[in-house]
Amino acid sequence: MTTMEDQSVGMDYLESFPKKFLRVYLPLGLIIVFLLFPFYWMAVTTFKPDAEMYDYEKYNPFLIAHPTLEHIKKLFFDTDYPLWMWNTVIVSVSSTFISLFASVCAAYAIERLRYTGSRYVGLAIFLGYLVPPSILFIPLAAIVFQLGLFDGNLALILTYPTFLIPFCTWLLMGYFRTIPYELEECALIDGATRLQILVKITLPLSLPGVISAGIFAFTLSWNEFIYALTFISSSENKTIPVGAITELVNGDVYHWGALMAAALTGSVPVVILYSFFVEYYVSAMTGAVKE
Amino acid sequence: MAVIAEPVAVQLKRSSLWSRAFESRNFLGAMFMVPAIAILILFLAYPLALGFWLGMTDTKIGGVGRFIGFQNFVSLSKDSVFWLSVFNTIFYTVFASIVKFAIGLYLALLLNERLPFKSMVRAIVLLPFVVPTVLSAIAFWWIYDSQFSIISWVLIKAGLITSYIEFLGEPWNARWSVVLANIWRGVPFVAITLLAGLQTISPSLYEAANLDGATNLQRFRHITLPMLSPIIAVVMTFSVLMTFTDFQLIYTITRGGPINATHLMATLSFQRAITGGNLGEGAAISNAMIPFLVAAILLSFFGLQRSRWQQGGRD
Repeated sequence: MTTMEDQSVGMDYLESFPKKFLRVYLPLGLIIVFLLFPFYWMAVTTFKPDAEMYDYEKYNPFLIAHPTLEHIKKLFFDTDYPLWMWNTVIVSVSSTFISLFASVCAAYAIERLRYTGSRYVGLAIFLGYLVPPSILFIPLAAIVFQLGLFDGNLALILTYPTFLIPFCTWLLMGYFRTIPYELEECALIDGATRLQILVKITLPLSLPGVISAGIFAFTLSWNEFIYALTFISSSENKTIPVGAITELVNGDVYHWGALMAAALTGSVPVVILYSFFVEYYVSAMTGAVKE
Repeated sequence: MAVIAEPVAVQLKRSSLWSRAFESRNFLGAMFMVPAIAILILFLAYPLALGFWLGMTDTKIGGVGRFIGFQNFVSLSKDSVFWLSVFNTIFYTVFASIVKFAIGLYLALLLNERLPFKSMVRAIVLLPFVVPTVLSAIAFWWIYDSQFSIISWVLIKAGLITSYIEFLGEPWNARWSVVLANIWRGVPFVAITLLAGLQTISPSLYEAANLDGATNLQRFRHITLPMLSPIIAVVMTFSVLMTFTDFQLIYTITRGGPINATHLMATLSFQRAITGGNLGEGAAISNAMIPFLVAAILLSFFGLQRSRWQQGGRD
């Protein structure tokens, strides 16, 4: 995190507060309001009874007169939402672990073993990250169908690593590069195998990198939409984003309360995870782009 | 050295072929690559090739297609909805990317100031990027509702308009509405990465400029911008790629409507391939995105090379 520390020195302590307020705080505040407003609106709608939600004459829409949990209750007890949440957890956790395992091995081989051609393989894996899912989903749907994986969690668990592995490998390569070679050389002379070196030296030293790769992989698979929309058809197998969009809308009747409750509760897990590891997250994101 | 080398040689002679293979970096490297390469070949490289092939067939869902060459592309070239989706995609990408860049850079400069609660502010700013796109898009869908839009309500109360705005019912309103949602989603990524770039610029450059009497604008123009340009190129390439191939926001908020006014190439290919069952035609539409993507990547790549060359070939 050294790069994110406060380096704004200079003479800005000479600036008067009103001037700084107009130049910095006011625009910053406006942008933050713009960025946070949809979340506020999501939360307000979730806890507002229908009577208030559709009556802007009698009630101020920004406030809640009689907070209620009816939308959340409806979401959890009258829909398949708990199943979607369960599927999302299973899919995200499994594909994160598969991707982390594959990426740690690949990044270690590319960065530390330096086998013949490793640079080109590393480049090819990075290029894989630039292939967008909206180009791959049609042929992948054909493959998923042929393999008999259609409409099951496994279809997602096996396809999500295609966008997770390139990213995690790239990120971990950067971390492995910071570990001094001397440590490995000493261990080699002491008779350690490469596998022992990876498990006992390289991995512990690059733990922050592995954690941030894991968080990234988890949030990316929690957010994934187009594959889940294409490969899953029955309600009980859907993930949260797909379930919310396809199952909570009955014809032209939108249950806005339940929809907003789904949006809010579906966001909470990633936000909690993110807030615990925000420093890793930010440094990994910025570090990965700077490479 | 001889003392050490001898036992190693003896050991090597004794060991089997198998354990000797594990001494070889190339063999070990290949073994370590197996999980990643297997998944990427089966679910990334092979589908990419299969996509090219499908685009030249008339495959329907559940059936076997036959090779028809470039017929899909010929019929698409006469398809006004396809050309509308190309126009929409370019419109969406250009406007969203420009505004994302402008606000993102401005926000990065603001966050680079001396601020109280700096890391908390940074964490809050990144939230729209972290939360699942579809779920925040549902919130925008509700914000744009034709009868209960909070934006319309505020504007009416402020006396600026007299009737509720049809955000998603009228083609141009809908286009601008989805652009706004995309900007909201993309600004944090641009801002945080540019902020990281800003913090790598040495403060001594600014101090020197101050001593020379440079104005704020001059410092920005002659220090910040040139130092930041490599990271700007990387961030904007990512941003353009993500915007150009966007699917989630459009599918959630408008499903391509009204009357195809917001269909992007990605949503149109989904509609033709999955909803309509014409896998071949859908694949052809997504293949048509590839030239644009390659152009975007090459442009930023050569842009980077050029800026490096101008800076005296560093790095």
